[in-house]
Amino acid sequence: MGLGLGVMRTIEFLLLIIAILSAPVLSDLILSKVERRIDLTSQIARIASTIKAENDGSSSVSEILLSIPEVQAKNLAYLTAKLVEGKGKAKTSGVALAVEPANPKGMPPALSFYTMILPKPLANGDSVTLDVLAAFTHSLRPFPEKITQADIQLVVFQDTAHYLSPYPVKVQSLTLKLPDARIESYTKLENTKGLGSEIKYGPYENLPPFSYSPVAIHFEANQAFAVARELVREIEISHWGNVQVTEHYDIVHGGAMSKGEFSRLDYQSKPQIRGASAFKHLVAKLPPRAHSIYYRDAIGNISTSHVRGDSKKTEILIEPRYPLFGGWKTAFTIGYGLPLQDFVFESEGKRFLNFSFGSPMHDLVTDSITLKVVLPEGSKYLSVSTPFVVQQEEEIKMSHLDIFGRPVVVLKKANVVPEHNQFFQVYYQFNALAMLMEPFMLITGIFFLFVTCIIYVHVDLSISKSSASYLAKLQWDDVRATVQQIQNTVNQCLSTHEKLEASLRDLSRTGDVQACKAARKATDGLLKELSKELKPLISFLQSSPPAAHILPKVEELVAKERELQERLMAKHSTIVDSYEKKLGGRETENRVASVQQKIVALRQDIEDLMEYIDEI
Amino acid sequence: MASPESAVNGPTMTAGAASKSLRNAFGGVIAFIILVLIGVLAFSIRLFSVIKYESVIHEFDPYFNYRVTQFLSKNGIYDFWNWFDDRTWYPLGRVIGGTVYPGLTLTAGTIWKVVNSLNIPLSVETVCVFTAPIFSAFASWAAYLLTKEVKGPGAGLTAAALLAMVPSYISRSVAGSYDNEAVAIFALVFTFYLYIKTLNTGSLFYATLNALAYFYMVCSWGGYTFIINLIPMHVLLCIVTGRYSSRLYIAYAPLVVLGTLLASLVPVVGFNAVLTSEHFASFLVFIIIHVVALAYYIKGILSPKMFKVAVTLVVSVGLAVCCAVIAILIAVVASSPTKGWSGRSLTLLDPTYASKYIPIIASVSEHQPPTWPSYFMDINVLAFLVPAGIIACFMPLTDSSSFVILYIVTSVYFSGVMVRLMLVLAPAACILSGIALSEAFNVLTRSIKNRKKEKENVEKKPTPSKTEKRLLVLPLEASVIAVLLLVLLGAFYVVFSVQVHCVWAAAEAYSAPSIVLTSHSNDGGLHVFDDFREAYSWLSHNTDVDDKVASWWDYGYQTTAMANRTVLVDNNTWNNTHIATVGTAMSSPEKQAWEIFHSLDVKYVLVVFGGVVGYPSDDINKFLWMVRIGGGVFPHIKEPDYLRDGQYRIDAQATPTMLNCLMYKLSYFRSDFIPIHKTDGKGFDRVRRTEIGKKHFKLTHFEEVFTTHHWMVRIYKLKPQRNRIRGKTKKSKSSRSVSSKRDVRGKRNPWH
Repeated sequence: MGLGLGVMRTIEFLLLIIAILSAPVLSDLILSKVERRIDLTSQIARIASTIKAENDGSSSVSEILLSIPEVQAKNLAYLTAKLVEGKGKAKTSGVALAVEPANPKGMPPALSFYTMILPKPLANGDSVTLDVLAAFTHSLRPFPEKITQADIQLVVFQDTAHYLSPYPVKVQSLTLKLPDARIESYTKLENTKGLGSEIKYGPYENLPPFSYSPVAIHFEANQAFAVARELVREIEISHWGNVQVTEHYDIVHGGAMSKGEFSRLDYQSKPQIRGASAFKHLVAKLPPRAHSIYYRDAIGNISTSHVRGDSKKTEILIEPRYPLFGGWKTAFTIGYGLPLQDFVFESEGKRFLNFSFGSPMHDLVTDSITLKVVLPEGSKYLSVSTPFVVQQEEEIKMSHLDIFGRPVVVLKKANVVPEHNQFFQVYYQFNALAMLMEPFMLITGIFFLFVTCIIYVHVDLSISKSSASYLAKLQWDDVRATVQQIQNTVNQCLSTHEKLEASLRDLSRTGDVQACKAARKATDGLLKELSKELKPLISFLQSSPPAAHILPKVEELVAKERELQERLMAKHSTIVDSYEKKLGGRETENRVASVQQKIVALRQDIEDLMEYIDEI
Repeated sequence: MASPESAVNGPTMTAGAASKSLRNAFGGVIAFIILVLIGVLAFSIRLFSVIKYESVIHEFDPYFNYRVTQFLSKNGIYDFWNWFDDRTWYPLGRVIGGTVYPGLTLTAGTIWKVVNSLNIPLSVETVCVFTAPIFSAFASWAAYLLTKEVKGPGAGLTAAALLAMVPSYISRSVAGSYDNEAVAIFALVFTFYLYIKTLNTGSLFYATLNALAYFYMVCSWGGYTFIINLIPMHVLLCIVTGRYSSRLYIAYAPLVVLGTLLASLVPVVGFNAVLTSEHFASFLVFIIIHVVALAYYIKGILSPKMFKVAVTLVVSVGLAVCCAVIAILIAVVASSPTKGWSGRSLTLLDPTYASKYIPIIASVSEHQPPTWPSYFMDINVLAFLVPAGIIACFMPLTDSSSFVILYIVTSVYFSGVMVRLMLVLAPAACILSGIALSEAFNVLTRSIKNRKKEKENVEKKPTPSKTEKRLLVLPLEASVIAVLLLVLLGAFYVVFSVQVHCVWAAAEAYSAPSIVLTSHSNDGGLHVFDDFREAYSWLSHNTDVDDKVASWWDYGYQTTAMANRTVLVDNNTWNNTHIATVGTAMSSPEKQAWEIFHSLDVKYVLVVFGGVVGYPSDDINKFLWMVRIGGGVFPHIKEPDYLRDGQYRIDAQATPTMLNCLMYKLSYFRSDFIPIHKTDGKGFDRVRRTEIGKKHFKLTHFEEVFTTHHWMVRIYKLKPQRNRIRGKTKKSKSSRSVSSKRDVRGKRNPWH
């Protein structure tokens, strides 16, 4: 199986070698020692090389070229080089070198070149040690390309055993680290050692520039081949204290395509064997103090996730709705809030967001990432600083109660690996007062709503001031006011009656006839005044037509009140009289009884009438 | 001594008068605050589903409405009217704009648009989820207005509070149940309010508003026919009982004219507004009211003697004409097979109609007659208060209270026919219970008040009170005890029973979105069964966008909305034959089923199977309906073939037809290997509680492509045609060129 593929690939590489052989030798640099370690334990191939370069020529050298076959170069996601300082055990990786794509003349076409610019030119006879790290995505090719649920997933990795370089290499070696599983086959050259999950090629000595020796390793890889075809991360800053992150994932299992049936029975009973190539969950490492975490997709919440948190990180384990077999896709959204003070800082009058670029998912390859930083409304003078090259745009987003919209910085990059999880900064200026604009808008809005209500209630909005219904309404209002006045007066009368009664009670207690008479006089005067007040009101009611249906009742009320008044007076004079005549209590009562009865009845009637009028 | 007293008394008494008007003002403010609180209550009691589960659309029909709303918000109103949906009823498609009641969709779409134009970024889903709770708050306010028109604000407030938490209405309007009824109940009650308001005021303004409210109701729900039959009935009642007035004319005539014109603007109603029998009552009464109006007018001009002559003349001529017209009408109506009535309406008139002729209507559980417990469950204590409310409406009987009585009587009848129409009963029951409670309080407190006064009087001299003549007054002791009892019962019953019951109903019984199921495990943890969405999500991400999925019609709306795949049949059961085709396929043996599905371009078959986790409403339990509906069109499917001695069973006693039909095979394929309990035999079905009849079988024409975590949804793919079969079809030169072409494509890339 591995052979057929190998043959095809070998032809490809042969063509490449033919091209390479015709290339001229570049400068006088010699690589005295190259150690390469390729880590294949995840779906990302990470090649870490330690290169010791020596200037053997006369002129000083300020750049070193790296060459990568174009087949691999298109999968290159990440490339850095660092200067190693010190010797032996005290080795420390120091300054990072600028790595830029280069296009030197006269080079074979099937190679891509990158140039590392040294901080200071390398003089004749000097040497320098470099650590170069390159990460490749999609370079583990599943073989066979289609497997059933029960099959294990095998992948092929191809590289060259000899370091492909435009410079001659003195000593070199290559180590491949594979996952702890079966190795189907690997190319055996001289000096090849297989040691458990490690394969070692070399050392090889004194090889000319562009030496090439293809190797292919065919091995079992059942780790998650999670590939986010597209990832949109939106980071929204609110100066009220929150940084809201929303990430939309579009995930596919990038391994061998699954074919044939999917048997849930097999998967459930023996998930390790009958679903070895599938992955069930993903792990995301969020910043500490992440809160309000949610995990959902277009059709609602997904309930299978677990969050663990400590002071250093928040770890969230998310299970897609179904296990992903080769080629199966899914899409979901996760979101979380972060405290503002952890990520937004202020320096020299400018604020800046300091946030990590890539996805927080563990071991995820992102084919295309779009990162949107939504700044608060009113932010100005935006600038971005990123540790690597990204495509930049700006747009406007309208959100809660915005008028001008929020400025958005859009960063785009293809082929992103976890190594890209480095901090980038977005600088902007923002006046803290602008924060208060939206609450103020709301308050004003509600204020004006109330003001309009008040105005509406108090303003006469009828179109025709002379229309019959309008006039009728005005008249009716007058009538109601008058009736109200009449009621008030009657009430006053009633209270005066109470006083009269009270004076009677005083009389029975103290026997002070004079005081009682004085009270009588006072009430008489009051009642007269009140009845005088009533007269114009009644006559007004009589004159106004809309009061016609209420008038009889009002008149009845007034009449009843007058009758009550008379009865009371009668009662009063009888009692006072009997006191003056010093008649016994019983006799007095007998004399008053009939009047008293009427009074009670009248009171009741008046009350009923008042209620009735009230209801109108 | 007297003068200072008067000085003190004077202002207190004027203050007393002022306090009366102030009390009225305060009464208004308090009533307003209570109404706001009722609105909040109505809204928040319906949020249990969001809190307990999540903000998600529920059930089946709401998914369709949600999908339509999405389309509306994305493409605008004109595209919506012209929308021909090709993702459903394959290959027929469905004209959505012309077959859907647009009220709900337009309402939610408008809310969404307004909110978004204010730059508040709410998703369409959120708006849809919360439409029902918002409109139930509106409905309680409408109930307040209606009851206030009938019996005053006290009864109105009580009725509004009751409607806010009546379980029957909660069941249809929890957050997420985005269905027509959600807005229709508000429209119904509001239309009735405007009718009563017009009847009470005789204002043309309200009459016009009434027609507009009726238009909104027509837009929202097929239940508008209830309005257009109930109001004419009431008008007729008023005329017969001699209550004809110009107010009645204004309340009715503009409603019929404007209402019918407006109703025919709604595409789904169109000419039905004048053609179908549901609307005839309104026109008949329209004619009658004009005749009566004319009679009253003539009576006004003529002398009594002349009038008598005119009456005899008109009656004799009129009778003849009427007979002729009625005869023609009957002839026209009788000539149509359904007598001009739609199937569902006929079911209402004749409850046995559907089970006899239209199994598809009878197969829907909400079209079944309700059981007695469901009355208690749905309207609770209101069932006992309603008779009291009816009595209260009779003293005194007014135009408006007679309407309420008519409303409750008709809705009780309709709810007895279809459990779904319990929803129409709920507002009526709330209004009458509100009236009953408020009247009881009125009578009792009035008695106490009066008796107290009399008691004061009694101290001096007992006098017979005249008030008894005017108002009903009970003896003091009785009324005090009654008030106490009422308050106590109110406290206990309303707070403990109604509240607890309603809240319980809201929280437990009616909040489940039915696409997510939960169960409590022994240790108190919550186990979530999210299989439906798992399956729909799988379909939407891992099948081609134009693949056709066959399933029983229950899952049609969800499949189109959540998985965005084309389905053969869905919950809009407009084409019986098509549904019968799917039913037939499900009840046929594998090979025939494969042929049926293949001829319909189906690529995947989805079945719901509850046997592993014990989910009872699965396809096996619905299977007899598939057989019946399929058999109704394709006679070779016979129900007795699937029954052993009249019993439906799937164990070893089952008939071979049953054990070989597609539904059985797709449901039980491989499930017989799962050891559920150690003690059970393998192949134990936890819903039917038996061991299945046929085990260890293989599928020849279908293959399992996906099964969800709890086995509740299983998706099968049609296997590509074998070469041999292909040769056969070529030889027979049948018209299967399309299918063989598809087959070639299928061969080339069977994994796509």
